[in-house]
Amino acid sequence: MVPTSHYLILGAILFAIGSFGVIFRRNAITMFMCVEIMLNAVNLTLVAYSRSFNQVDGQIFVIFVMVVAAAEAAVGLALIVLLNKRRGTLDVDQIDTMRW
Amino acid sequence: MLESFWILLLFPLAGAAVNGLCGKRLPHKLIGLIACGAVLASFLVAALAFVELTGRAADDRLVTVSLFTWIEAGEFVSRAAFLFDPLSAVMILIVTGVGFLIHVYSIGYMHGEDGYYRYFSYLNLFIFMMSLLVLGDNFLVMFVGWEGVGLCSYLLIGYYFKERFAGDAAKKAFVVNRVGDFAFLLGLFLIFREFGSITYLDAFQSVQSSYPGMETGFGILSLITLLLFIGATGKSAQTPLYVWLPDAMAGPTPVSALIHAATMVTAGVYMIARCSPLYSRAPETLLIVAVVGAATALLAALIAIGQRDIKKVLAYSTVSQLGYMFVACGVGAYAAGIFHLMTHAFFKALLFLGSGSVILAMHHQQNIFKMGGLKKYLPYTWGVMLVATLAIAGVPGLSGFFSKDEILWQAFSSPQGHPLIWALGVAVAGLTAFYMFRMLFLTFHGQERIEMGHHDDSHGEDDHSHHDAKPQEPGWSVRGPLGVLAVLSVLGGLVGLPAWLASTNQLHHFLEPSFHYQFVPEAHGEHSHALEMGLAGVTTLIGLMGIFVAYTAYLRRPHLPEQVSQRLSGLYRLIRQKFLVDEAYDAVIIRPTHWLSKNVLWKVFDDGVIDGAVNGTATVVQIWAQQLRKIQNGYVRSYATWILLGTALLFAYFSYFAA
Amino acid sequence: MFDGYLLSLILALPALGAAVLAFLPAENRSLLRNVALAACLAAFAASLLLWTGFDPSTSNMQFVEDHAWFELGGFQARYALGIDGISLFLVLLTTLIMPLCILASTHIKKHLKAYLCSMLALQVGMMGVFIALDLVLFYLFWEVMLIPMYMLIGVWGGQRRIYAAIKFFLYTAAGSLLMLAALITLYQYNVTPNFNIVEITGALSDGRISIPEGTAYWLFLAFFLAFAIKVPLFPFHTWLPDAHVEAPTAGSVILAGVLLKMGTYGLLRFCLPLFPEIALQMEPTISCLAIIAIIYGALVAMVQPDVKKLVAYSSVSHMGLIVLGIFAFNLQALEGATFQMLNHGISTGGLFLLVGMIYDRRHTRLIEDFGGLAQVMPRYAVFFMIITLSSIGLPGLNGFVGEYLTLQGTFLANPVYAAFAATGVILSAVYMLWMYQRVFLGKITGEANRQLADLNLREMAVLMPLVLLALWMGVQSSQFLRPMDASIQKVVDRIEQAREPQSFRVENLGR
Repeated sequence: MVPTSHYLILGAILFAIGSFGVIFRRNAITMFMCVEIMLNAVNLTLVAYSRSFNQVDGQIFVIFVMVVAAAEAAVGLALIVLLNKRRGTLDVDQIDTMRW
Repeated sequence: MLESFWILLLFPLAGAAVNGLCGKRLPHKLIGLIACGAVLASFLVAALAFVELTGRAADDRLVTVSLFTWIEAGEFVSRAAFLFDPLSAVMILIVTGVGFLIHVYSIGYMHGEDGYYRYFSYLNLFIFMMSLLVLGDNFLVMFVGWEGVGLCSYLLIGYYFKERFAGDAAKKAFVVNRVGDFAFLLGLFLIFREFGSITYLDAFQSVQSSYPGMETGFGILSLITLLLFIGATGKSAQTPLYVWLPDAMAGPTPVSALIHAATMVTAGVYMIARCSPLYSRAPETLLIVAVVGAATALLAALIAIGQRDIKKVLAYSTVSQLGYMFVACGVGAYAAGIFHLMTHAFFKALLFLGSGSVILAMHHQQNIFKMGGLKKYLPYTWGVMLVATLAIAGVPGLSGFFSKDEILWQAFSSPQGHPLIWALGVAVAGLTAFYMFRMLFLTFHGQERIEMGHHDDSHGEDDHSHHDAKPQEPGWSVRGPLGVLAVLSVLGGLVGLPAWLASTNQLHHFLEPSFHYQFVPEAHGEHSHALEMGLAGVTTLIGLMGIFVAYTAYLRRPHLPEQVSQRLSGLYRLIRQKFLVDEAYDAVIIRPTHWLSKNVLWKVFDDGVIDGAVNGTATVVQIWAQQLRKIQNGYVRSYATWILLGTALLFAYFSYFAA
Repeated sequence: MFDGYLLSLILALPALGAAVLAFLPAENRSLLRNVALAACLAAFAASLLLWTGFDPSTSNMQFVEDHAWFELGGFQARYALGIDGISLFLVLLTTLIMPLCILASTHIKKHLKAYLCSMLALQVGMMGVFIALDLVLFYLFWEVMLIPMYMLIGVWGGQRRIYAAIKFFLYTAAGSLLMLAALITLYQYNVTPNFNIVEITGALSDGRISIPEGTAYWLFLAFFLAFAIKVPLFPFHTWLPDAHVEAPTAGSVILAGVLLKMGTYGLLRFCLPLFPEIALQMEPTISCLAIIAIIYGALVAMVQPDVKKLVAYSSVSHMGLIVLGIFAFNLQALEGATFQMLNHGISTGGLFLLVGMIYDRRHTRLIEDFGGLAQVMPRYAVFFMIITLSSIGLPGLNGFVGEYLTLQGTFLANPVYAAFAATGVILSAVYMLWMYQRVFLGKITGEANRQLADLNLREMAVLMPLVLLALWMGVQSSQFLRPMDASIQKVVDRIEQAREPQSFRVENLGR
């Protein structure tokens, strides 16, 4: 049996990859995908704990997160597509109309 | 009648109110009538009360009437209460009597001035305030009058307010008086602390029980009396606060006569006489009072010699005569001080009113070097002025002789007196005779040097429409009061005849109940009547010498003064410039204070230090905010980094401390 | 007649007025003004009932109203109102000043409706501070009052109005926050069922509440700073000249007439009764600041080129005297100080009204622009003279009584303080009369001054009540002093209790 710590470490690694991606990448799609990686890292952690404590709450929570993530993906991707159409770029540093 | 003497206060108050509020619409005759009538009514009430008072037994001559409680806070109580006793009776008679004459005089003198109603309203208000001052039965009511007369003085000095000098003089008078009042107030606080009451009789009883004899050394009592005396130096124009009085001559001449000669300026003398229970137990202060009085008398007499303005001569003469009164108080002869106060009120009012008559005839020319030979045109004025001048010079038989002589005798003989003070007094008597006759000769005798004044010189738009070249005697309302005052100046001395002439001194005898709580020191050794008479002879001789010198210098050999002044040019210039006292005050006090307030306190401290600190705080916050703002740069990823770092830190913190 | 809800009525009338104003058309200026004036006059009339119904023999709160307001986790805030001898006349002063201010605001054209609403809201706030007994309610009103005043300065002010308004706001808000912190701390120690100032004072004095001395020291300091800024006591005074100069006339009048009194009222109501031991300890420092304020304010006032600024600095000087009197801890000084609060409201309020009247005509306040006005505007000159005399404490007018009692009391406590403070007597005459001379006496300077119109009926109606009151209070002073006696005696007793040696309190605890 794989010990819980392995899942947790994997989750942490995934989270780190995701967050580094969000921070250092400029492409909106990449950033978006990194956010998704982070979410799934958290999901993994939740499931791992859920299993380890033998409680179902964590898994229910994960279902919720997945639902929300799906909705978010729909809206987020739509925004990115529109942005690409309007601005012709996906570089977030170029999209600074509302930055002071 | 006696119990309701206080109604005499109401007449001038009502007169002031009527004239002040609706005088603008009243005809001039009515205004004058109201004002004079009000004071006359007061005088009559005072006279009736006085007569009734004399009918009472000596120990029953203190009548107190309390109208209402004015201020009450714990043990501190001040009632609007009034005291009618011999001292206030004498004072109120002088105030309302001389006041009435001057009111009548003013009808003629102020004829045609704009602000006629204003003038009479202020004048009536003055009589009211002065009556409060002398009738109050506690220190605080006296202080109301004390400040009130100061206000009226301010308003009346500034009567010709279109002129800059009038405004300056008015303000100066008020402020200098305030300096005195500052000390006076501290004196009042101390009286309440020490004696638990500011009512005269309570305080005096208390002082009598706690100080059976004189105070030794400079103690609380000396401090109280000294503070009150500083107040008196302000009101009564003594060194070092006399400087306002000569400037106060900017007011109309009747005002100078009433306020700045006969009544208000003598308030300090009245106050000391009233507080004689305190003063008589404080020998240290008495010495100061006597010395200041003598010094002021001498200083002012010297300055008077060099003055060219007829009113300024009289003003310095007033300061000098007030000095005499303080000498009297300082040697413990309070009744003598009041006696001189009375005779001085007569002859000095007469002198001022006479000078007013001259000024009117000369179309507001006040320089005595531009007069001369006026006797021919103004024989009546000359006559009364001569009487008054003889009286002030101390020629035997006239009122001034008796009062001045009594002061000098007391200065010589009383336990607190000293031959040195007497000598100073005699010297001043000689100087007085000299400068008064100088003024009289220059004005009325000798060569005609008449230069009529221009109205604009002293008044703004002035309506005296007689433009004849020759000076003329003024009308009845001016001449009448002059006559009455002349009679009083001659006969006024009879109420206080010296011991070598009469068995009892009427005035002393009458005033005695008011001085009941006073401490009377043992006299050391009897002085003979012969000595008293001899000293009076010396004074008279010195006075006559002064007259003779003036005669020589200004009539017989008119070039002499010039030669003398050239010989003694330094001294002469110093006297002409009034010993530079005003300039010294300006340079030492006024300018530095002003400079300090403006450049250091306001500009540097207020705007620089405090506001600098306040605005500096704001600036520092702003600078920090500018820096901190950079963290919020609009890049989501930088926020994410911060969040991540923060989370990591928290994580580290908890995992470290949880362990 | 209105027993039981008279105070609420006085509080509600201006609020009601403001509510009515909100529904009136903004174009009809005279209607707006009349409604506001009517609301203020009604409040004034109602407050007169307070005076007639006031019982001077007791130090207890009167006209008390006490209802539950809200409850939060065991904490109960109450709508508790009441007045005693200290607040009675401050309430009357407020209700008197307000209609005069409305009457003196005819020059306001911009956003008149908002202006009048601000004034009425301000009145509610000020009244509330004086009558609230519950500390939460008190703090609420204390803050409520700040906003309309900020608006009055910031919107209807002069050239540098924004600077002045923000300065005013930040200064006062700093003080308010300190007070809030102090109130919260005080709450921690509270054992009484509610947060009522009277009960807390009572509980502190009989030992039911005990606060460690260190904490009490900080509490005192926080309260004191909040009030000292409001007074304003040197060196927290620099907001005042700016606020006064920039505020519209009515704003200055209210500021000087009522707002500053909240500082001294707070000292009397909070600092002294709550922490008498600390007050006794701090007295030398505070008295020194007060004396500095008296002399410093007067000296700086003397050299001001702007009349309004001159009057503002004279306020610093006068308020310094009041603080000095409060910290003399005896009956004479405290009554004098309370009386002086009213005097200052009348004389300084009057001076600001007068300055406003000339500003309306000439649009300048610089002394050097004037000269010889007494010839052009004789009535104005007379009113100005009387109010000036009241301000410099001429006997017979109100100013003297307060000044004298305060100084007499201070003298009993410490003669040296009184001697220094009394120099204000000289200096006030110097700066006021010098200003008067330059503005009114002498020859008429400048063509513009020659054309000035004298006071009209409305303006005289504004000034008349103040002048009459100055005379009345100066002559019939005991009528105003007697209602204060009991309440102030209570404060004095509280201080005396703290002055007693420890034995007294041990005995007290044993009981």
